Amino acid sequence: MDAISLLTIFILSIFVGIEVVSKVSAVLHTPLMSGANAIHGVVLVGAILVTGQSDQYSLGFFLGLGAIVLAAINMVGGFVVTDRMLEMFKPKPAKKDEA
Amino acid sequence: MTPFIAHLSTTVSAPQAPTWVRLTELGAAVLFVLALKGLSSPKSARRGNLLGALGAGVATVVIFFYGTEYYGEGLTNLKGNLPFILGAITIGSLIGWIAAKRVQMTQMPQMVALFNGVGGGAAAVVSVVEFSAPTASESKAALAATVFTVLVGAVSFSGSILTFMKLQELMTSRPVVLPLGRYITSLAGIGTIAAAVLLVANPTNTLLYVLLGMSLLMGLLLVLPVGGADVPIVISLLNAFTGLSVAASGYVLGNTLLIVAGTLVGASGTLLTRMMAAAMGRPLTNTLFGAFTAKAITSTGTTEDRPVKSASPDDVAIMLSYARKVIIVPGYGLAVAQAQNTIRELVELLSAKGIQVDYAIHPVAGRMPGHMNVLLAEANVPYDQLKEMEEINPEFAEADVALVVGANDVVNPAARDDKTAPIYGMPILNVDQAGQVVFLKRSMRPGFAGIENELLFDPKTSLLFGDAKETLTKVVSAVKGL
Repeated sequence: MDAISLLTIFILSIFVGIEVVSKVSAVLHTPLMSGANAIHGVVLVGAILVTGQSDQYSLGFFLGLGAIVLAAINMVGGFVVTDRMLEMFKPKPAKKDEA
Repeated sequence: MTPFIAHLSTTVSAPQAPTWVRLTELGAAVLFVLALKGLSSPKSARRGNLLGALGAGVATVVIFFYGTEYYGEGLTNLKGNLPFILGAITIGSLIGWIAAKRVQMTQMPQMVALFNGVGGGAAAVVSVVEFSAPTASESKAALAATVFTVLVGAVSFSGSILTFMKLQELMTSRPVVLPLGRYITSLAGIGTIAAAVLLVANPTNTLLYVLLGMSLLMGLLLVLPVGGADVPIVISLLNAFTGLSVAASGYVLGNTLLIVAGTLVGASGTLLTRMMAAAMGRPLTNTLFGAFTAKAITSTGTTEDRPVKSASPDDVAIMLSYARKVIIVPGYGLAVAQAQNTIRELVELLSAKGIQVDYAIHPVAGRMPGHMNVLLAEANVPYDQLKEMEEINPEFAEADVALVVGANDVVNPAARDDKTAPIYGMPILNVDQAGQVVFLKRSMRPGFAGIENELLFDPKTSLLFGDAKETLTKVVSAVKGL
């Protein structure tokens, strides 16, 4: 894909990113930050790609494996901790639902 | 040398993945958009997060089906690296899972900071590897994106680690201003940008490591002068940084999904940072660079000796039991003492006596915006008793007692009245308008922002010293005995 198409995707994603969170309530600022944090853990995909291209036991190989570990921590840990936060927001039976 | 603009139309090293793989990646991108959308509303938040996790999982699986086309002839099975890659994924996932499951909710902000930091680090390392690879793209645009990823990813990494240390209290949470700090930071900033520009013009490994080192230093210098209640805003900002750096790494690798996911996080994170800063009533520049201009925080030595009115648990119990309207102001001290359940018990007792009780939740109560809501929800406090600042502030004047448990900065009138205070301009809860004010505090120590609170010395204020959980338990039994 040529660079202009990638730039197009980039610019349009900016607008989508701003639009989807524009109406978030203050209560959810922390979980939203945490969830967004987990999403950028998808850099794991990039780490897998560069490690797959590196010769075994080269510097890039070890750096790449390190990046995979870090990215996996970011992704898995991020989603799990966000879920733990949100678990507490679930409506409780017999109690009034949030307005 | 061809002009920069000519490079924009050249092809970035594009992976040739099968169509179904690329369509699946599109699906994952859509899932990320739906995840952020879902996270914006309480009803759909949990499902939103799970959609995001699904998207990330799908993206991770299909990357293994990129096939040999991408890696060139003879490079099947990812050059034999597959077992190592799977092993690294397993190790990282286990560490992340266990850390996220074990962390206490009070320590959750620093956990998020740490997760963000390692993500930024991963993005930076990916670009370092791609830069050194023999297949690296010659295009200046791709080179600029590589340099951007390394710079921003490394800033995010070192900045987040420092933020983690501040919140975990491995170091002081106060602003740290180096002598001539402003000049050091400016110089380092100029140096980092110069290294980045030179690297694009003349790509060498040495310069890359110089840039990496400078960027790590820059992250530290940016976060050092940020103190106290501003730290969460910095986490959010660094989160947006990591997003952008992931987007740039997507450009380098020619991976559309990384561009979309990174940009979504970068854009929404920037907006979120601004919303948080607005909740604190401070422009973002003030948060980052305020410590350079703020006057030195006065030492507590002189004020310690001033008289304060202390009360016993029985006094407080009587005060509360004969009130008509009580407003509870919970703060981080409540959470640290694990007193959420005790306070709920007290509120239930008072409600049973026909007293109107509400919780006043400051937008940044706790360590992060929305943190207190999470902590109280954990203790089964019903949502309808939690009132946001705008809603509750006019009610303080009608309240007989305001009970402040482990909060300080968010009720400090200096934010309203004292133009020299570092927290000046932050909206506060108008606790000083209540008939009587009771502070449950461990000591006279100032709050997270390190500022003296005049309200403590007000004649209508009583202080009950001690661990919030112990003193609250005593108040509860005293109320029961009445």
